[in-house]
Amino acid sequence: MDISRREFLKKIAGLSAILFGSKTAFELLAPGELEAQYLPKPEALKAKRWAMVVDMGKMDEETINKCIEACHRIHNVPDFAEENPRHIVKWIWTEPYENAFPGLEQEHIAKRLKDKLFIVMCNQCDNPACVRVCPTKATFQREDGIVMMDMHRCIGCRFCMAACPFGSRNFNWRDPRPFIKERNPEYPTREKGVVEKCNFCAERLAKGLMPACVEVSNGGLIFGDLADKNSQVRKALREHYTIRRKPYLGTDPQVYYIVDTLL
Amino acid sequence: MFEKALVGSKKYWGLVIVLLSIIGIGFILYMWQLKVGLGITGMSRDVSWGFYIAQFTYLVGIAAGGVMVVLPYYLHDYKAFGRITILGEFLAVAAVTMCILFIIVDLGKPMRLFNVLLHPTPNSILFWDMIVLNGYLMLNIVVGWMVLQCERNGAPPPKWLKVIAYISIPWAPSIHIVTAFLYQGLPGRGYWLTAIMAPRFLSSAFCSGPALVLLLALLIRKYTKFDPGREQIQSLGKIVTYLIIINVLFICFEIFTVFYSQIPEHLHHYKYLFTTGSKIPPLMWISYIGMVIAAILLVFPAIRRNEGSLAVCCVLVIITTWIDKGLGLMIGGFVPNPFGRAFEYWPTLPETLISLGVWATGFLVVTILYKIAVSVKEEIRA
Amino acid sequence: MYDAGKTIVGLIILFAFVTFPFFYNAGRAAKVPEPKIDTPAIKKLPEIERKCVESTPYMRQNHMKLLDDWRDWVVRKANRDYTGFTGKKYTVSLQNTCLECHSNYDKFCDECHTYMGIKPYCWSCHVEKPKEWAKELKEEK
Repeated sequence: MDISRREFLKKIAGLSAILFGSKTAFELLAPGELEAQYLPKPEALKAKRWAMVVDMGKMDEETINKCIEACHRIHNVPDFAEENPRHIVKWIWTEPYENAFPGLEQEHIAKRLKDKLFIVMCNQCDNPACVRVCPTKATFQREDGIVMMDMHRCIGCRFCMAACPFGSRNFNWRDPRPFIKERNPEYPTREKGVVEKCNFCAERLAKGLMPACVEVSNGGLIFGDLADKNSQVRKALREHYTIRRKPYLGTDPQVYYIVDTLL
Repeated sequence: MFEKALVGSKKYWGLVIVLLSIIGIGFILYMWQLKVGLGITGMSRDVSWGFYIAQFTYLVGIAAGGVMVVLPYYLHDYKAFGRITILGEFLAVAAVTMCILFIIVDLGKPMRLFNVLLHPTPNSILFWDMIVLNGYLMLNIVVGWMVLQCERNGAPPPKWLKVIAYISIPWAPSIHIVTAFLYQGLPGRGYWLTAIMAPRFLSSAFCSGPALVLLLALLIRKYTKFDPGREQIQSLGKIVTYLIIINVLFICFEIFTVFYSQIPEHLHHYKYLFTTGSKIPPLMWISYIGMVIAAILLVFPAIRRNEGSLAVCCVLVIITTWIDKGLGLMIGGFVPNPFGRAFEYWPTLPETLISLGVWATGFLVVTILYKIAVSVKEEIRA
Repeated sequence: MYDAGKTIVGLIILFAFVTFPFFYNAGRAAKVPEPKIDTPAIKKLPEIERKCVESTPYMRQNHMKLLDDWRDWVVRKANRDYTGFTGKKYTVSLQNTCLECHSNYDKFCDECHTYMGIKPYCWSCHVEKPKEWAKELKEEK
């Protein structure tokens, strides 16, 4: 058979592509292991849409500080305040009214609102901009509504930080371990180069516990399933006037602030 | 044709060595950044993208600008540009290389880069950016190299090459549109949330890209035996003129909308950039006033006919568009932050040196590729 | 051959460079890895219950794949109950399940990893205290 060198090379290349490609394709398409091996814990808290209602009337400065301290302690959040304010990592913190709700400020605002420190965290939006922009789905929305971080997949591109309209996200600009004041051995720390933020204590919900901040807030933070008509959060939303941060941007934030108990 | 890059005058090798040293310094500092983290840069929790991504944005523009040399020749049969399409294509290769390098140095976990391919996410604009950038790199390498090779062998290019060249023409603006989409789709950043971001990107790209090609063409004429041609340089000058005027117009449109509507979330960023910021306002004023001056000067044919004054205007165009895209865009977008507070950003020395290292890499690629192109053209004409 | 002198000298240098590791380590055998499973947590268990979540040959070959799957099921699906090959249920967690028994990660995990020249970065996040902190812990006690 007379075949030119060029034709021969083309045919061999095609054959090799098929051979190697089929091995790869087989491994990719091969049936996975039994999914029944992985189950949610029986005591895990379940919801269709987790949400939090902050009763600002009950959130005095002492309670707020307890919430912040609890969250940062159990999640091994580093403290960069003295070292370098540029690198601060904070999952939950306080902002004055006019900074938490830019656009709602007014010159003759009630003094009780003006001086009040609002507790802020990731709003776990229902239409999150950060999830839309993540190129690897390292940040993604779970079925129960929580916007999670997969620290192993994050490439540190910080697109999510640019997309978040609420400034809720943090980046590990350097190794956080030397700056963790008190470590919790049950929760991992993070490495430099990945983004992190409040995760509504997903690891506690899986064990049947309320988020840490909710537990120490003494009723100031109400947490529950928005899809459940009878939940505490729905009751609170029915009975009080609540506001959200920047709802007009369309991200549908799921942290609501009761302000009528303030005034 | 690589052997053409291995022989050269003392000046050529001197340039290569200088560039290699700058690359070396940048590389060593990047190793340090890999070890310690991105904290060595000036970026912060509030300004989470900085100099690296700003340079990437500017260079995508330069890469797209190469199409302004290719389009007239392939689509409108403007034979004069046949001499210099190679300059546009090889500059695009160098610019896209720099873009990819800037993205890599900016990543917190560059070793996980493959995740973008392993977990494709079509709703993320960064995913599309990866596709269009790499595609454009391949297109320009193939077209540039093949056309040069065919020219050297005295044979007409194969038919499929024209198809690839035609594909690269709409691909070029698309790389910059995708880059603009990175910014203009973010709901919380008032400075960027405007439909005119993409047109502004394109207009500044299509004046700064050809301006750079023009300057490089003048350098080639001075230092080698290949003359890109007076008519070609004049045509490039006309392109730069029209596009800088359009760029200034687009900026005026944006300023009108922002300042007439008086919406704080858009206005605050301009106020910061032009008045209350610390190091940035003088630079922004220089940029905007400089762009207007360049636009006015370039209108006059006498100024364009004199290649010296034309070159000065091109330098002005490049500097002013660089300040606008390579500094103002990033700082203006992130400051004030979503809480209305101004947190200063300025690149640190390591950040600047790493960036210089990447720029030097691009210039080295340009030097080598242009050396090959020019040597081939000198060889043909001999 | 063109430039015979330079080529042959270059080839000799290349050969020396490439084979250097073999000559340098000639005659020395690397220590066979012996992962130790005599941690306090394991010693507390009766002999029959000293089993991992999967069989030893399976774990030897697939522990990294298992950990990857565990991570995806916990982070992405919130399923934290794993049924091992003995039928026993385990909480899916490297830090709180695997390292509960294998708390001596430097004498267990790192034994084979160091031998193979692998440096997984699990310990920069998933260990109670890195080696430096472990010293402090001893001093605290």
